Amino acid sequence: MMAMSRKRRVLPGFGITMGFTLLYLSLIVLIPLSTVWLKTATLSWSEFWGIVTSARTLAAYRLSLKTAWIAASVNVIAGLLVAWVLVRYRFPGKRFIDGLVDLPFALPTAVAGIALTSLYASNGWIGGYVEALGLKIAYTPSGIVIALIFIGLPFVVRTVEPVLQDFDIAVEEAAASLGASRWQTFMRVIMPELLPALLTGFALAFARGLGEYGSVIFIAGNMPLRTEITPLLIMIKLEQFDYGGATAIALVFLSLSFAILLGINILQWRRSAAALAARGLR
Amino acid sequence: MVSIAGKFTAGTTAEPTALTDSRVVRWGLIGLALVYLGVFLVIPLLAVFVKALEQGIAVYWSAIREPAALAAIQLTLLTAGIAVPLNVLFGLMASWAVAKFEFPGKHLLITLIDLPFSVSPVISGMIFVLLCGRQGVFGPWLTEHGIKIIFALPGIVLATIFVTFPLVARELIPLMQAQGTDEEEAALTLGANGWQTFWRVTLPSVKWGLLYGVILCNARAMGEFGAVSVVSGHIRGLTNTIPLHVEILYNEYQFTAAFAVASLLCLLALVTLIAKHAIERKMGQRAISSTRELTRRRVA
Repeated sequence: MMAMSRKRRVLPGFGITMGFTLLYLSLIVLIPLSTVWLKTATLSWSEFWGIVTSARTLAAYRLSLKTAWIAASVNVIAGLLVAWVLVRYRFPGKRFIDGLVDLPFALPTAVAGIALTSLYASNGWIGGYVEALGLKIAYTPSGIVIALIFIGLPFVVRTVEPVLQDFDIAVEEAAASLGASRWQTFMRVIMPELLPALLTGFALAFARGLGEYGSVIFIAGNMPLRTEITPLLIMIKLEQFDYGGATAIALVFLSLSFAILLGINILQWRRSAAALAARGLR
Repeated sequence: MVSIAGKFTAGTTAEPTALTDSRVVRWGLIGLALVYLGVFLVIPLLAVFVKALEQGIAVYWSAIREPAALAAIQLTLLTAGIAVPLNVLFGLMASWAVAKFEFPGKHLLITLIDLPFSVSPVISGMIFVLLCGRQGVFGPWLTEHGIKIIFALPGIVLATIFVTFPLVARELIPLMQAQGTDEEEAALTLGANGWQTFWRVTLPSVKWGLLYGVILCNARAMGEFGAVSVVSGHIRGLTNTIPLHVEILYNEYQFTAAFAVASLLCLLALVTLIAKHAIERKMGQRAISSTRELTRRRVA
């Protein structure tokens, strides 16, 4: 405590930087976001409830939740595989591939959207083969899942990678010397360590998938009740100048995102606290 | 893993079968991972360039040099040119306040800085329409004074700033926290003023992290679609950014032109990835793990 109050006096600029930070944060983030509550508050409760529980809105919520959930689940398994391969094995082109994993973060979503659509449409490189098997991907919910898998791909890889890198090999050696098979070691020794990272990666990919717009609208087909995701429904309401409807739908959606954000933060605080305790720092 | 496996074999000379996966498993997993990444990352990327060049280089060039495309490129550069410096300024201010001082509510402040990441792009655009649109909170006042924000450049810039808001700050805060305050205190003791200390001591030691943040911020600013789509009004040649121009071309079935313009954004993404990789190497192993930590938290 002594050290802290001393520091505050020694370094200059706390007032101005803190003031600017709070001002900028308020102007760009807090005040604009508060309009969602303000606008929704102008609706009566029955109006709000009517919009939020209308068949079209519920279908959009359900579709967004379902597709984001499936895509995040796929990413957990595939992300674990990619992270494992990148950390544990050596093979040619590994650095290049490691760098490429971040592509979905760097590529504008609209570009991903048109590229995936052209691939999975019935005349596309992949869509043609899939259609021969009697499956249709573009303009169906499966297409939305494909786009969300692309968007969420880096999250699990990047959350699992550092944990796997820091993993103490001695623990694996101990398990092996006690007679565990490789599979047993993986399931009983390595997996429990990776679980929090996998969970965080899942939550990040899921949250991102819920809100995703650019990459989805091209491949989704956008049919009301069938392939209309929630962000698109909000967009349509805005284009019809139905601001009340748009904000009501957005408010429910935003609350869900913030709940996920809170969950991730709690998960992380607990994890970093545990890591500090393990190192005997706190 | 590699070094430990090496030590192990050096000690025992036998292959440590209990710790190394068999060849079949190893190459099977590598193969699976490569197929997955190939299908989801490489093929879509290739597809953009193939489709863009399908009708030859001449068609490609004319799609990019068409006036509406050039106007979109100009608008995108201008938007990023305003949004990125503002977020850099904010990032430097916020990281100084958060990393160098102790105050109550620090966790809350960091969470609030991260907030825009968990807001859907469409909602990010919507809030500025609710604020400054004709029916918005400041709508009547703005109309009265003849200020146009929505469906004009200021709206696009505001939405872009919101979407890229945390990127620079999120990069700098952990870096500055890791540095502590000892060097700054030493500089001050030796007679430097606050500005000199920041300029000569703090900034040089975070410059790579700052550049990293700028690159990510710029990529996102130039590529943002959903938020900008809400506030732009899609006026061709006036309020269309590159991603919006791609959408319009695509919806008009001008596929080759759409992919040609999209290929510019692909190049931007590739340059971003290469620069990011180069900086990660420059910052060294320790910094990488801190940025990994960041990637983990960034989008939260």
